[in-house]
Amino acid sequence: MSGRSLPIELDYGYFETVQGYGQSTYGQSWVYRPARVDEIREVLQLAKQNGRRVCLRGSGRSYGDANYLEESITIDITRMDRILSWDRTTGILEAEAGVTIEDMWRHVLEDGYWPPVVTGTMYPCLGGALGMNVHGKNNYCRGTLGEHVLEIDVLNANGELKTLTPRDEEFFAIVSSAGLLGIITRVKIQMHAVNSGDLKVWAESADDWREQFELFEKFEHNSDYMVSWVDCFGRGAQAGRGLFHAAWYKETLDPKSLKEEKQDLPSLILGFFPKSMLWKILKKFCNRTGMRFVNWAKYVSGSTLGNNKMHDQSLVAFSFLLDYVPDWRRAYEPGGFIQYQTFVPKEHARRVFSRQVELQQEAKLESFLGVLKRHRPDNFLFSHAVDGYSFALDFKVTQKNRERLWKLAHQMNDLVLEAGGRFYLAKDSTLRPEDVAQWLGPEKMARYKALKSEWDPEGIFATAQSDRLGLTHRPR
Amino acid sequence: MEKIVIVGASSGIGADLARILAKEGHKVAALARRFDRLEELRSEYPNNIFIYEHDVLQPETVPDLMLQIGKDMDGIDTLIYSSGVMPDVSKDPYGFANDKAMVDVNITGAIAWINEAAKRFEAAGRGTIVGIGSVAGVRGRGAQPVYNASKGFLHIYLESLRNRIAKKGVKVTTVKPGPVDTEMTKGLSMPMMMPSRTAAEIIAKNRHCGNEIYLSFKLKVIFFILRNIPSFLFRRLKI
Repeated sequence: MSGRSLPIELDYGYFETVQGYGQSTYGQSWVYRPARVDEIREVLQLAKQNGRRVCLRGSGRSYGDANYLEESITIDITRMDRILSWDRTTGILEAEAGVTIEDMWRHVLEDGYWPPVVTGTMYPCLGGALGMNVHGKNNYCRGTLGEHVLEIDVLNANGELKTLTPRDEEFFAIVSSAGLLGIITRVKIQMHAVNSGDLKVWAESADDWREQFELFEKFEHNSDYMVSWVDCFGRGAQAGRGLFHAAWYKETLDPKSLKEEKQDLPSLILGFFPKSMLWKILKKFCNRTGMRFVNWAKYVSGSTLGNNKMHDQSLVAFSFLLDYVPDWRRAYEPGGFIQYQTFVPKEHARRVFSRQVELQQEAKLESFLGVLKRHRPDNFLFSHAVDGYSFALDFKVTQKNRERLWKLAHQMNDLVLEAGGRFYLAKDSTLRPEDVAQWLGPEKMARYKALKSEWDPEGIFATAQSDRLGLTHRPR
Repeated sequence: MEKIVIVGASSGIGADLARILAKEGHKVAALARRFDRLEELRSEYPNNIFIYEHDVLQPETVPDLMLQIGKDMDGIDTLIYSSGVMPDVSKDPYGFANDKAMVDVNITGAIAWINEAAKRFEAAGRGTIVGIGSVAGVRGRGAQPVYNASKGFLHIYLESLRNRIAKKGVKVTTVKPGPVDTEMTKGLSMPMMMPSRTAAEIIAKNRHCGNEIYLSFKLKVIFFILRNIPSFLFRRLKI
């Protein structure tokens, strides 16, 4: 697509197998990587001429089936990766939608800024991250990424470009609607000023669910970040045990720590072992026995070595834990994994999440990793956040366990719905149309349908997930 | 659930494969000239079988039809080329029309479909191509020169493709059935005749093996021996 016009026919030169980050399912489609808005319009035209629907894809970091659609024309926006302007006095960054969180922090850190909200990996791009309206470990105090956006350009299905700001009601639907209404092409976003490239981090082990929630309550009014790991193999008195972290931006100016090179994670561990090989070792442990041991070892080391200690950690090391082991998802091959994260109001969180873990143990399908976070509600159409907590889980998928795993997920979904909880499309693989209808409620569903017919009257924007959830339909 | 295209599904091994694979819960696109036969097939598994009227003598229609099938079934994982003809050439051993028909169906049609599938699967980095050859293609026996040659062509063609795209994640399986009781062999008395259903079951089970397969150990042994008999001796054998 380098400036040439696209041929009218579908060309297998663009045909690819496309997967979500969890690699548990796939679809095949024609993938185009336009580098400017006009090229996106050409691809939309190509789709219409060939009677194909259009799937939007960013960095492909959604875990499930939200970033591919079988037999579609897929628009991958990662080549729209230019930073358009950066104002170090106001901290306002303007960029194309394919710019990643990594591109952003590398661009602004030396000027004393950091993205206001970051995910556990630095590779999502702005378009995808806003489609899902992602959150970070500071959701309870800073909200979602969308809450820091000042302006976006969006292309509708007819290729018409509109500029939206938070003063427009539609802004709150385009952001969060998983690319089903329009294509975000440009973003203006407010960066957060920081004095140092390091955070102060407090680690404290929790012996059970009660202690977990007490720690969050203790720090929720006086911290900048909170996150806790939960050992899903813990049962009885040890159920809910894990390791809690709170972190704070530093108040004293430390220009040295703001240098990019101070942030980069080392490529070797213990000084000699290449981290790029680490997933192969991880794979050996990627089973119930192995993970029971890993979780136990982590708990024991957390509750002895690092317990109740304040230490400094770089912003990158604290924020992007998922990037610490390159290609870690390969440990779950060949079946892949699903990430499962649900959001429950605070008064029900302990009951629902502890029951979710019990259900996993009854099914012998314990999550290999459990992560607890604190959240606050927001005004976005497909908002996942509540005044409460979320619990994120990783489940290995195999040919044998697939059916049982989905059944378990449905049981856990029911608990969430009963408690008035919510879901998150970036991490969903298991929801059913009725779950979504109940999560959003009739008013939001009607609002979505009205906007869909306005922005995408022919229903060309779709994903495998949106078809599964009844948010879009295959044309007959 | 796999998405499987079967070219030549109105009767014989192709039709039985369609039934077996549809019953296992896969999506099957069944293609043939005789549409009424396909409708019967669909009525047996209405949720799994998609039907398309297609004549392999029109290879130019293949690319568009492949696109349509992919769209209808949300993808294609496997192509099985099961079309084949073996007209009776005993009355007119050098009749050009019969020989050309075999070349058109057994060779040209196969290339049209298998090339198109190979292009798609190579791009996707996965997929399986299954070609139904024949033990007749192992040696050039006297009775049916062009039939034997057409199957021999298919074997070499599939082997070449396998060597080209196996490393790209695409499996190419060559099936070499012995005599199978189908419309094609009706009225012929042949040794070791196998019911079509049995043949289809073995093929369905081994479709992803990415290798050459015979349908029984006995055939494998016999044709291993036959294949290695030097030509000057083979000429003297009455087979």
